[in-house]
Amino acid sequence: MPPQDASSYEIVSREDFSDVTYLLEVRHPEMAVAARPGQFVIVMAHPRGERIPLTLADFDPGRGTITLVVQAVGKTTREMQRDLRVGSSLYALIGPMGEPSHIGPAKKVVCVGGGLGVAPVYPQARVYHERGAYVIGVIGFRNKDLVFWEDKFRAVCDEFIVCSDDGSVGMKGLVTAGIEVALSRHSDIEQLIAIGPPVMMRGCAEVTRQRKIPTVVSLNPIMVDGTGMCGGCRVKVADRIRFACVDGPEFDAHQVDFDDLMFRLARFKPEEKAALERWQQSCRMPAAVS
Amino acid sequence: MAKKRTIRTIPQERTPMTERAPLERARTFDEVACGYTLEQALRESERCLRCPDEPCIRGCPVGIDIPGFIARIGESDLRGAYDVLTDTTLLPAVCGRVCPQETQCEGVCTVGDTLEPVAIGRLERFVGDMAISEGWSNIPFIEPSGKKVAIVGSGPAGMACAADMAKAGCSVTVYEAFQQPGGVLRYGIPDFRLPNFVVDQEVEKLARLGITFRCNTLVGRLFTVERMVTEMGFDAVFIGVGAGAPVFTGIGGESLNGVLSANELLTRCNLMRARDFPEYDTPIAIGRRVVVVGAGNTAMDALRVCLRLGAESVSCVYRRSRAEAPARGEELHHAEQEGVRFEWLTDPIEILDDGKRGVRAIRCRRVELGEADGTGRRRPVAVEGSEFEIPCDTVVFAIGTSANPVIGQTSKLALDDRGYIKVDEDLATSMAGVFAGGDIVTGAATVIEAMGAGRKAARAMKRYLGLRDTDGVYDDAQDGELLFGIADGQRNHARLVVA
Repeated sequence: MPPQDASSYEIVSREDFSDVTYLLEVRHPEMAVAARPGQFVIVMAHPRGERIPLTLADFDPGRGTITLVVQAVGKTTREMQRDLRVGSSLYALIGPMGEPSHIGPAKKVVCVGGGLGVAPVYPQARVYHERGAYVIGVIGFRNKDLVFWEDKFRAVCDEFIVCSDDGSVGMKGLVTAGIEVALSRHSDIEQLIAIGPPVMMRGCAEVTRQRKIPTVVSLNPIMVDGTGMCGGCRVKVADRIRFACVDGPEFDAHQVDFDDLMFRLARFKPEEKAALERWQQSCRMPAAVS
Repeated sequence: MAKKRTIRTIPQERTPMTERAPLERARTFDEVACGYTLEQALRESERCLRCPDEPCIRGCPVGIDIPGFIARIGESDLRGAYDVLTDTTLLPAVCGRVCPQETQCEGVCTVGDTLEPVAIGRLERFVGDMAISEGWSNIPFIEPSGKKVAIVGSGPAGMACAADMAKAGCSVTVYEAFQQPGGVLRYGIPDFRLPNFVVDQEVEKLARLGITFRCNTLVGRLFTVERMVTEMGFDAVFIGVGAGAPVFTGIGGESLNGVLSANELLTRCNLMRARDFPEYDTPIAIGRRVVVVGAGNTAMDALRVCLRLGAESVSCVYRRSRAEAPARGEELHHAEQEGVRFEWLTDPIEILDDGKRGVRAIRCRRVELGEADGTGRRRPVAVEGSEFEIPCDTVVFAIGTSANPVIGQTSKLALDDRGYIKVDEDLATSMAGVFAGGDIVTGAATVIEAMGAGRKAARAMKRYLGLRDTDGVYDDAQDGELLFGIADGQRNHARLVVA
């Protein structure tokens, strides 16, 4: 084997928020110092793995760690959920990547996180809070069991609205309903940041478009290298082709072509499905034998 | 020694290299060209006239003593041949495979004036492969200079620069963004042209020079170039990050699934081993019919990779004729042999949607060549009413790259108006102690040109650091008496065998 990086990207803590969502805190002292809100990393769990982009959920220069929140949806993320434990290591961890969020002078901001987007919007809420802005947090989950980081958000938000699809926690409805509540209470909101599934980010963009509230979204297209080299992550913004990995990942929500993003995210759907099924079968086999 | 050779006494025919049969090889990633046997190499070595001019040395971007190493082969002194090569190049097994010899050493070979030129590349590869299989390695005697040097990018430019700086006694760290070193040798050039184990071996050699490789490190983002020359204490930095950003044409349908850059195709296939999906997790879905736009070396690699991934039809669309195609003759020839269809003088107009956001076909039109344009090549002019469709599932763009923006975004280095790093004649950038070379300076070029730039930067870096320039031999008259400025026999160069 050719020489590898000596650092081992050790998992120093893990927390399971639900059956599908888990947190990994990974040792990388240099990255903990370099990371800024809005940036992402690329992870390879093992040498045969794929490179997956994950937006940074947190970073702590004091502890020398970065934090990722992962949703187990496909083969890779489920395998990581099964195999990565405290003390084990990632094969590769590259970052921070992408342009950091532009933290403007806005005095009143809404930070919106839906599902997995709850984690990466947290560093932005925190930094606005540290700069003295009035921060309204709006986070949405399908139901009560999926909620995480409520305390962390409450600590940096002046107002905090939890939404759930089924009403089992907070207000019933999508995050867009939560945004409407915030907008009805405040007429002087200067900035909205929304991170989550594309359909959610598109909904948020529609809410703020007619009110002309500057809105930023963080895009999550399929990537390989994450350094601007492959163009797999190209997105349409203001009818221009941009590479999310180096031009983004954050863009003006009102200029993003979300349909294009969603179609492109489905690019490897048959392969992803086949990989997951194959993996699930191979996982069950030993269990059936024993 | 035998009597003086003349063009009449040498073997008239160039010794062919055994290749796997086109239709057999086009379905596997095994290397196409099998390399010379000892017998073949001996015979080919006899074709070198040892002419006094030695134009081949000047034709080589790094100035290899080509007649010297070929003479050693002729004496069956293969170790000696390797020693001669490693006086100048670290990567004979790589360069012997991927250099465009026909426009360099072989292009100016005296034998080539009358007959086919000496097969210098094949001989170089033969010696490089022999060194790998025999475990030969030449570790020069290195006296530490106390200087600390960083190299950004582990491709050919970075590797060449790293090797020279390590030989000058510097403590060298090479930073690579990918999980494995090698740059384009790893992610770009497919295994059937350059097997990964050859790259591993060449990287291993650099590691034996004491060079540290740090993978998974995106310079600019993890730390800036400014920090490297200040807080991190590097006395000099070389940036050889490659060009990178793939260019698309802007025609309709480019964002359809099924349209991708050659860089993405090759990276998925070569670095990430998508060809072994699902054993490896990275997918690649190319369907049955592929069209590659462009006719450079990268396009040839993409075409031939698609054949090996199992595509039934693979077509190359290029808006000029075969004569203008930028690919090496050998690559074009191999692609033709393997069954790639070529649509010369064809301009893509639009990629057509299959109704499910996939690709149904690419619409093209025929062109004729008109007046020469700024690049000296004749400009294509559309032929009225010549539009037609090529049905396909995948369209790959291999029409070049533009400057990667990361270093520019994260440093104050001066860039030119296209985003490439500005350098002076010594490859020094606008920042003291920071040098740059290869594709991030010149735009896309060849492996050996990048290596040449890496070595040129190393010379300037040594001067900048006040180190004795040990590479004078490449600049000065090829007197053969002096190597690294030292008389033969008193070389600062110990040859060791490291098993």
